[in-house]
Amino acid sequence: MVTGREYEGMLAETVKVTGDGGDEIGAYMARPLGGGPYPAVIVLHHMPGWDDATKEITRKFAHYGYIGIDPNLHYREGPGAPDDVAAVSRAAGGVPDSRCVADVEGTMDYLRSLPYHNGKIGIIGFCSGGRQVYLCAGSIPDLDAAVDCWGGRVIASADELTERNPVAPIDLTPNIKAPLLGIFGNEDQSPPPEDVDATEAELKKHGITHEFHRYDGAGHGFFAVDRPGYRPVQATEAWGEVWKWFGQYLKD
Amino acid sequence: MCTWIIEKAEMYGSGKGADGWFRMTQANVYYDHPYDAPLDHALIIDFVADPEKPGNRVAVEISAESARRLMKSIEVALESGEESHAVDLTAGGPGETVVVR
Repeated sequence: MVTGREYEGMLAETVKVTGDGGDEIGAYMARPLGGGPYPAVIVLHHMPGWDDATKEITRKFAHYGYIGIDPNLHYREGPGAPDDVAAVSRAAGGVPDSRCVADVEGTMDYLRSLPYHNGKIGIIGFCSGGRQVYLCAGSIPDLDAAVDCWGGRVIASADELTERNPVAPIDLTPNIKAPLLGIFGNEDQSPPPEDVDATEAELKKHGITHEFHRYDGAGHGFFAVDRPGYRPVQATEAWGEVWKWFGQYLKD
Repeated sequence: MCTWIIEKAEMYGSGKGADGWFRMTQANVYYDHPYDAPLDHALIIDFVADPEKPGNRVAVEISAESARRLMKSIEVALESGEESHAVDLTAGGPGETVVVR
C-alpha cells in the first residue's frame, strides 16, 4: 500500500539484449529505483511496432513494482523509425515465430543477470503480441506467468500457416507451463468469441492453469487510451485482473 | 486485428518521402491498427522504393470511409484525365506503349 510517505521513482532506458542467433537487439526497460528484488514482465508490442503506447505500458509496470522490458521485435529490420521498420517487417510476412521465441529467451537471460531481479518472469502482449505470448508460453517452459490480451490467430487453419509462422499456437497448448490469463472483448473479431471459447476449451482439456475474462461492450484493443475503441470501465477492470495475476504468480 | 497480411501492388512513379523524391516500386496495402491516426483500424498504404529497407516510404493511414472516397476520386480523376488528355492511362512504366487515341 502506498501511504504517500515512501520515496517513489523509476528509471526508464534502452538496453541491449542478446536475441536469436546471438544478435543484439534493443529493448526498452523501466524499473523502480531501489534495490529490489523486483519481478519482471516482458511486454510484447503489437504489429505497428515498438511504439509509444507499449513503452508507456512498460513504464506502468515499473510504477507497479515490476521490471518492465519491451524488446524490439523489429530491431533487425532497422535501423529506422519504429513505424518504418514495422512496415518492412509486415511486408516481409511479419516476425518469424522462432526468432520471437529466441528473442524472448534472450530477454529472460538478460533479466536474470540483473542484481535487483527476484528471479520471476512474466510476459504480456497485445494483439499480435498476444498471439506471441501464447506462442512463447507453449515454447518456453520457465515462464512464471503469462497474459494474452486479445491475441488473434492463436487458432489458425493450415492455409494460414506460413514459413515465418509455421505452427498454430493452439497446437502448443499441451506444453504450456505458465499460468495463463486471457483478456478479450466480446465484440472483437480477431479473435472472435468462438475462437476464445475454443482456446479456453483446449486449456481446460490439458489442465493448464488459466483464467479467461471476456468483456461485453468492448472490441479489439480496448486498453488503447488514444483510440476510439477505448473502454475505460472494461479496461480498468481488466487491468485489475492483470495486477492480480502477476501479483499472485510473480510477487509471492 | 494486428495482421501481417498485406496486398501488394507493383508501382511505377515517384513519391516524396522524408528525404525528398524517390522512385517507388511497390505499394503495400492493408487494414490494421495505424501507428499515428487516432483510429482503431485504418486502411494503410505504404508506397515504398524497396520493401526490404525502412527508408523512403510514403505512408498514409486513413479511415475506411476515407479510403472508399479516395477510390472513387481516383476513378473519377483517371476517367476525366483520359478524356481530357486522350491517352490510355492504363499503360505506364518504362518500355510500355502509351496509346494515343
